[in-house]
Amino acid sequence: MDLIKVAEAAFEGGVEMPDFGPGDNIAVSYKIKEGNKERIQVFKGVVIQIKGQGNNKRFTVRKISNNVGVERIFPFNSPFIEKVELLRQGKVRRAKLFYLRGLTGKKARIKEKRS
Amino acid sequence: MPGLIGKKIGMTSVFSADGKNVPCTVIEAGPCVVTQVKTVETDGYEAVQLAFDDKKEKSTTQPEAGHFKKAGSAPKRKVVEFHEFENELKLGEEVDVKLFEENAFVDITGISKGKGFQGVVKRYNFRGVGDATHGQHNRLRAPGSIGAASYPARVFKGMRMAGRTGGDRVKVENLKVIKVIPENNLILVKGSVPGAKGSYLIIEK
Repeated sequence: MDLIKVAEAAFEGGVEMPDFGPGDNIAVSYKIKEGNKERIQVFKGVVIQIKGQGNNKRFTVRKISNNVGVERIFPFNSPFIEKVELLRQGKVRRAKLFYLRGLTGKKARIKEKRS
Repeated sequence: MPGLIGKKIGMTSVFSADGKNVPCTVIEAGPCVVTQVKTVETDGYEAVQLAFDDKKEKSTTQPEAGHFKKAGSAPKRKVVEFHEFENELKLGEEVDVKLFEENAFVDITGISKGKGFQGVVKRYNFRGVGDATHGQHNRLRAPGSIGAASYPARVFKGMRMAGRTGGDRVKVENLKVIKVIPENNLILVKGSVPGAKGSYLIIEK
């Protein structure tokens, strides 16, 4: 197992990210290639899960767009992420927030964590 | 072909330079010791015998121990012959993973994972017979007909049927070398490789 970590360490990439967890509101700036042009798209939403380990670690962001729930999975190591901003820290009691999928509007709110 | 003996460590995935997530296998390759140099005069053909992976002296037979002693190396578990090394190798010399270049292609041979006694659907990718419904009840993974009746009145040799599956020597050709890490004797190749983790592999240029 250790030698796999050595191999993965040789490919460590991605940008430095703030420390975020499930329930937090974040904005991911994602580079999109169209032909030979590159532009940046911002995906804003709630982190509903963090999964995997090593090079395979990834997080899922959920947002409501035009009344439709949209979820997107980003690898932590992705070379296409330009930056991640932590907008708001949420207070939640579990690591996977799949229950949000069944809730809309006021029910889908998350309390803010105050330190 | 020149090459090395290695050990499968496992699989992972990495991002390539153009941003693609590439599946790859991590292999610990070498360092291998030259334990015998075969020449046309003495053996009738040219080859270099490499050995890999130390083993205990007490689990080495005396003939083996003498063979390794001649090369001045510790007893090794796996011994394989290779041909056509670019520079001439001497007895006792070490060959390491620097033999391989990044972005080059290699062929890898290993023993595939044993699957036990399997039916024809898993073993030969047969599709089974017919439907699950319309009165069928036990033919879903059956092989179907295995031949005609009174002529030839027998089943031809080599007819594909159920049996022991896996555990064969399998060679996978043209695997791209993604990275070579000489400090840890590691080589990363794109895609999968036959065998279980920890099994021996022959990596040829």
